[in-house]
Amino acid sequence: MSIELKNVTKHFGEIAAVNQVSFSVQEGELMALLGPSGGGKTTVLRLIAGLEVPTEGDIYIRGQRVNDIKVQKRNIGFVFQHYALFKNMNVFKNIAFGLKIKKWRSADIRNRVSELLELLGLDGLGKRYPHQLSGGQRQRVAIARALASKPSVLLLDEPFGAVDAKIRQELREWLVTLHSDLNVTTLFVTHDQEEAMEVSNRIVIFSKGNLEQIGTPREVYEEPANEFVARFIGVMNVLELEVSGGVGRAGELEFPVRDHADGKLRIGFRPFAIQVSPNPTQLPYRAILRHTFFLGVMLRLELELMSGLTVRARMTKEEYAQLGLKEGQKVSISVRSFRILRGENEPLSAEIPAAQKSPATFAEGI
Amino acid sequence: MPGHIRKQQKVARSPSRRGTEEPVFIRWFLIAVALLFSVVFLLLPLVNVFAQALSKGVEAYWRALVDSDSLAAIKLTLLVAAISVPLNVVFGLAASWAIAKFDFRGKSILNTLIDLPFSVSPVVAGLMYVLLFGLQGHFGKWLAEHDIKIIFAVPGIVLATIFVTFPFVARELIPVMQATGSQQEQAALTLGASGWQTFWRVTLPSVKWGLLYGVILCNARAMGEFGAVSVVSGHIVGQTDTMPLRVEKLYNEFNSAAAFAISSLLALLALLTLGIKTLLEWQEAREYERAQRVSEPAGAPVVPGQKVETELQR
Repeated sequence: MSIELKNVTKHFGEIAAVNQVSFSVQEGELMALLGPSGGGKTTVLRLIAGLEVPTEGDIYIRGQRVNDIKVQKRNIGFVFQHYALFKNMNVFKNIAFGLKIKKWRSADIRNRVSELLELLGLDGLGKRYPHQLSGGQRQRVAIARALASKPSVLLLDEPFGAVDAKIRQELREWLVTLHSDLNVTTLFVTHDQEEAMEVSNRIVIFSKGNLEQIGTPREVYEEPANEFVARFIGVMNVLELEVSGGVGRAGELEFPVRDHADGKLRIGFRPFAIQVSPNPTQLPYRAILRHTFFLGVMLRLELELMSGLTVRARMTKEEYAQLGLKEGQKVSISVRSFRILRGENEPLSAEIPAAQKSPATFAEGI
Repeated sequence: MPGHIRKQQKVARSPSRRGTEEPVFIRWFLIAVALLFSVVFLLLPLVNVFAQALSKGVEAYWRALVDSDSLAAIKLTLLVAAISVPLNVVFGLAASWAIAKFDFRGKSILNTLIDLPFSVSPVVAGLMYVLLFGLQGHFGKWLAEHDIKIIFAVPGIVLATIFVTFPFVARELIPVMQATGSQQEQAALTLGASGWQTFWRVTLPSVKWGLLYGVILCNARAMGEFGAVSVVSGHIVGQTDTMPLRVEKLYNEFNSAAAFAISSLLALLALLTLGIKTLLEWQEAREYERAQRVSEPAGAPVVPGQKVETELQR
């Protein structure tokens, strides 16, 4: 066990930035702390680093309780959001800083720094000053500096927040490679769910200081612990149903909800749960394809139902081409399954298969 | 009409000038005004000081400087500066650090208090010390009983100078420290540096220019202060005369060549500090340039971002 938090709480004045958080990180793991801004994820990172002191609870690094160990002695590498490079020092001196403080011999320092410069693709930039580097280069200098004295844990605060989209993508891939090369336990903070899903082995999701869920990217996507997680990780169609006689209705959409009393009920379903057919009569509901958004390999479709209700579907480019879809086209859709939503922090119901065909609307289609 | 249209086309075709640029004659006019003002109000008087100082020849100039009373004034001025500038640096660093990096009760009061000497006339500043420590003052009697002389003595001059120069270093440092934030210091801590090491290796170097400006301004004022010092000094020749007081005295005695000789020393000092500052800046710029050149692959300049790609693809 590399890092362990036990019931950690951090108050800033009256506000609980982190509330009773417990989780552990395995040795060598690459873990993401994910959540909306103000969710407490950066505070958790700073607590682990020792830049903040917990109000309650215990923090362990490699089995040792570090609550009373100062940041200087925790042997962590920390990469700040805006890099925080020493402006008055060149790249070499930035990376060598921690080693000099730890009184390494100067020959060893030279070897270690040139090793890192090579590892991070910064050869020949040793004499540059931070303001003479591009954003991506600064980022890598910051990582090299954090790694220099071989920390037991690498902590990164929004590591890709300050670079543009194209470089961000490359840096992500590069971080994964670096992690598998060095195998150092790594925690990074991000508010970008896609980034977390793509890069990490496991994700810890925070909201308003609370730990909402911890799991692999697949687990949090497919088995979200509650509505917050479900809506934060990926897109979800949320509908408010009017239930009467075991059937919930929103516009022309109908969902079997046998066990629920009459009244209002909220449900949600992933864009993947929507099936689309170019034949306007094949599936129960008629709709018009209003917009297609290109998200790399995947496409997001905005479908407007006859009643004016809009739902979002997702498919690959290949499927889209196979079906011969285009914007403005009349199509028919169905919803394969859905979940009942009981509230932000309440667990979701299991997936409920929706009725494939509802005779009433089908007849209307003819 | 056709002529009008042609004229418009001509303007539209003019070489790629920026839309924000002023017409040429306005630029020249502004430059000329700025130059004229600096020559008339700055350069000419400065040159005149040296011209007047040397009006009776180099020998007279030298004699004016090595006159025992003038030497005493020079020594006293250096002593006052040597005491008040370091104190100011210590205070300025502490105050700007506190104001820029911490939130505490009374922060805005401290911030306002620092500016007080700017808004109080130096003569009033001097008078405040006379009222406190003078014979008729609150502590005057006690001081007299214990035979401690503050007013009309060196300690009074030092006190008045410290008061007047109080804001200089702090005012220069506060904005610099606020702009730098505390992330670099935090980074140093995570790398194992103690508070003391962080201060010497990270904080101080990152504010060095602000500090240097502050020290230059503070020093110039400490050596050149007239009003406050004049009130507390008592003008005792050879004992409590600083250089500016000596200049005034010589000038009033119609010994203008000697007055200008002392003045020229003060002016020289100002020029020297400015020269040192420029040299240091130039050295740093050259260091940056060298760093850029050494690591530049021959030819193409680096477009930020593109370089990252090629390196990552390798």
